[in-house]
Amino acid sequence: MQPDGRLKVKFWGTRGSIPVAMTSAEVRRKLISALTRASGRKLETPDQAAAFLDRELDFAGSHTFGGNSSCVEIITGQRDYVLCDLGSGARVFGNEVLTTRGPSGQRFHAFMSHTHWDHIMGFPFFMPAYAAGNHIRIYGCHADLEEAFRGQHAAPSFPVDFSRLSATIEFVRLEPEREYEIAGLRVRPKLQRHGGDSYGYRFQGGDKVVVYSTDAEHKQDDLTEIKAFAEFFRDADLVIFDSQYSLAEATSIKEDWGHSSNVVGLELCQMAHAKCLCLYHHEPVSDDERIAALLAETRRLEEITRSDRRVEILAAYDGMEIAL
Amino acid sequence: MDLRPKRYVDTVVLSPVGRIDHSTSEDFKITLAPHMTRCAEGQDRVILDFASVEYISSVGLRVLMLASKQAKSQRGSLGIAALQPAVREIFDISRFTMVLDVFPSVREGLARLSPKALAAFDAA
Ligand SMILES: [Zn+2]
Ligand SMILES: [Zn+2]
Repeated sequence: MQPDGRLKVKFWGTRGSIPVAMTSAEVRRKLISALTRASGRKLETPDQAAAFLDRELDFAGSHTFGGNSSCVEIITGQRDYVLCDLGSGARVFGNEVLTTRGPSGQRFHAFMSHTHWDHIMGFPFFMPAYAAGNHIRIYGCHADLEEAFRGQHAAPSFPVDFSRLSATIEFVRLEPEREYEIAGLRVRPKLQRHGGDSYGYRFQGGDKVVVYSTDAEHKQDDLTEIKAFAEFFRDADLVIFDSQYSLAEATSIKEDWGHSSNVVGLELCQMAHAKCLCLYHHEPVSDDERIAALLAETRRLEEITRSDRRVEILAAYDGMEIAL
Repeated sequence: MDLRPKRYVDTVVLSPVGRIDHSTSEDFKITLAPHMTRCAEGQDRVILDFASVEYISSVGLRVLMLASKQAKSQRGSLGIAALQPAVREIFDISRFTMVLDVFPSVREGLARLSPKALAAFDAA
C-alpha cells in the first residue's frame, strides 16, 4: 500500500498473444489527423500543444494502447516489487527499476498466470535478473513453472543459459484456492479455463482488492463456474480481465481457444459488484481505434444493462496507472 | 417459457417474452429445442420474433449461437427479427449481428426465408 493505505496498479504490457508495434503508416495517420485538427490554432509552445492534445483529441488520436505483452505491477508502497506475469512489458519495467533504483539490491515477486510464451518472454530481457544482489521470486501453480523459464533461456532459443543469471531466483509453487500473505498482500490464486490451465490472482492490500484474471475462458452456461468467478471478483476495486475476443467469436469460431470477451467480463463484474472492469490482453490485430471503440461499446453496454450499481470501464494501455 | 408458436406454411414464428438471462435461458433452450430439431432442409424454417424481449445476456446469446449452428448443420434457416433498440445494441456490441441472420421485422425475415410463408403472413 501507499503511505495513505492505497494500492496502485501500473500496466507495463497489455497486449495478448504476441507483442505488436505501431507501424510508420499508423504514426503518420495519427500525425496527419492531429495536424489537420490543429490547423489555424495557436500552438507555439509545448504546453499549448500538450493542452491541445489533451482537450481536442481522443485517446486513439493522441496515444497508443501499446504493444508489449502481459505485465502488470501492483504498487504497494513497500520496498518489494510485485508483478503479475513477465511478458515483454517486464523488459521495460526492469529498465525503469535500473534507472530509478540502481542495478542491485531489489526484491521482486512475480505471480504467473501461466507459462505461455507471451507471459514469460520478457524474462530473458529483464535486466535485474543479470545482477547479483537482486532477489526474484516467481510464484505460480503450474508444476512445470521453473522448467518453462529455464527452457526459454536454453539453446537454441537464447544465448545466455538460465544458470548464468546472477540474481537469486526462486520458484514458489502455490496452491489454488489457498490464501497467502506475500509482500504485504493477501493473495489467492484460482484455476481458470485455458489450454494447459491458467490461474487468476485476487490481491488484497488494506481494504483494496485487485483481481488479475487473464487468459481465461468462461462458459456462460456453466452456472457453477460463473458463480465461482463472481465470488472471486466479489466487491473488487479493480478487475483486470482478458477481453481479447468478441462474445460472438468466443462462442463460435474461437470457442475453446481460452479467451473471453468484454461482454462476459462486464456480466461477471456486475454479478460480483466489482467497481471497475479493466479490459486487458488486447487482440494483436486490433489497432488503437478498434480498442478505443471496444472501450466505448463496453461503456455503452454497461449503461444499458446497469441495475443499481455502476461499473467503471477502462481499457488498459502500456504505461497506464490506476490509484485505487 | 411460452414461445407462442405461429405457423405460416413452412415457417414457424416464435415469440419469447421478457429477459433471457441466467434465470430463464435454460427454459428458453428447452422450449426452443423441438423447433430447432425440425429446422432442417425440407422441413421448417424458424424465425424468432424478439419484439417482446427486453434483455438478453451472454448465456441467452449462447443459446442462439447453438441454435444457429444446429440449423446450419441441418441446412435449415433460422432468423431473428424485430430487436428492441437496447437488444439490438447488445447484438451489435457482442458482434452477434455478424454471425446470426438478423432482420428488422418478422415480415422482412419471412420475405428472405420463405415467399410462401410471407404470402400467408400477409393474408392473415
Ligand atoms: Zn496470453
Ligand atoms: Zn495463454
